[in-house]
Amino acid sequence: MPTYRELLQRVKSEISEVDARDVQERNGAVLVDVRERDEWEEGHIPGAVHIPRGNLESRIENAVPDRSSKVVLYCASGARSAFGAKALGELGYEDVSSLAGGFTDWKRNGYEVQLPRSLSPERRTRYSRHLLIPEVGEAGQLKLLDTSILLIGAGGLGSPASLYLAAAGVGRIGIVDADIVDETNLQRQIAHSLDTLGTPKVDSAKRTIEALNPDVEVVPYRERLTSENIDRILGDGWDLIVDGADNFPTRYLVNDASVWHDVPVVHGSIYRFEGQVTVFKPGDGPCYRCLFPEPPPAELAPSCAEGGVLGVLPGIVGSLQTNEAIKLAIGIGDTLVGRLLLFDALSTEFSEVRIDRNPDCPVCGEHPTITEYIDYVEFCAR
Amino acid sequence: MSALATAKVRIPPVLRTESGGAREVEASGETLRELMEDLTSRLPELGARVYEGGELQPFVNVYVDGEDVRTRSGLDTPVRAGATVILLPAMAGGCGRC
Repeated sequence: MPTYRELLQRVKSEISEVDARDVQERNGAVLVDVRERDEWEEGHIPGAVHIPRGNLESRIENAVPDRSSKVVLYCASGARSAFGAKALGELGYEDVSSLAGGFTDWKRNGYEVQLPRSLSPERRTRYSRHLLIPEVGEAGQLKLLDTSILLIGAGGLGSPASLYLAAAGVGRIGIVDADIVDETNLQRQIAHSLDTLGTPKVDSAKRTIEALNPDVEVVPYRERLTSENIDRILGDGWDLIVDGADNFPTRYLVNDASVWHDVPVVHGSIYRFEGQVTVFKPGDGPCYRCLFPEPPPAELAPSCAEGGVLGVLPGIVGSLQTNEAIKLAIGIGDTLVGRLLLFDALSTEFSEVRIDRNPDCPVCGEHPTITEYIDYVEFCAR
Repeated sequence: MSALATAKVRIPPVLRTESGGAREVEASGETLRELMEDLTSRLPELGARVYEGGELQPFVNVYVDGEDVRTRSGLDTPVRAGATVILLPAMAGGCGRC
């Protein structure tokens, strides 16, 4: 009886072997990765299909129905693919070869590698309750991991949003906030704690997020959002903005920038027992200026610091914002584009009004009159 | 007077001082203009805020049965009996600082 080495040598002499350069120049060849799932997940040759060696004979007919097709098999070093090539020859495949040196040599020679596009076992466990939902699944979870979301404010709305976005596995979360955690925040701002009193909110939130999910990269911006820094911050590549600002100048600034940078904004605002949520998606629905062309006078625009807010209300509204953000990131469901959701915590009632694009909107309308940043403080003080 | 449509008008929290604390008040009118006139006669301070000079103030959105009256007929928008009218100024609050 032959040893394994002798058998491998004999099989290799019976099949055709190609090297990486031949594969680079292959014309229409189907490249089949016959390694195990965990090996495939760590990287593979771009364009290859994955059929583990153990399933090769049973699955090849689906992947390559035409037996005259040129097929190149590869594994880690060229052994499993040699046996696989022999088996496909016996199945009647006429032009099968094995990649000499396998994926190991391919990488060593510096050829292109497709990075992992599936979830690691750890991530499968962490996100298992998402993976069980058909509308999310592995593809949706990968989209979340690839999504970058910018939070304006790490306060009442930003706290629940940052926690749920992080828990959901949103890969990159930016947080803009210049403030320091103080005792009056802890009644509702659940990203912060006694341990972080007196520290910057962005650092406190970063610490909480990292303790919850190390998959998330947190990008802190310890600065107040202004006309001067917003282009730089949005230039860092954000797919979505979750707006939890506490003042009108910032709301209008975020709106104008989001229209010009074409980034959707999930809007939430709260006061006492009442909240408002909607999504402004440039080109696809109204913007904040379509909804509210002008801010109210100062006496009708008290902040929560002046008027108060029920502590759980930002939890509800921030969670609704997060729901919209997650749907937008995955691309499922119906969002609040064109609808303003109103929530009354005292009567526990939701209501909804329709909001339309304003063709005369000075920013997103047909003939915009505002095309660069204005003095937002002055605009809101009129 | 009995023929006039009576609608429920929802008052936003920032205008409840002007409504005597009421979250919802009734007002009558076949059109929004008539309804705002009636509302102003009942609650002059509220009227002064949102309906100054017989015009809707631009910072207050008004919805009749969920539709922004700016996309309908403004003050001429008809109001059916039992309609819900929402007065809605923007709220800034996010209760953080940024």
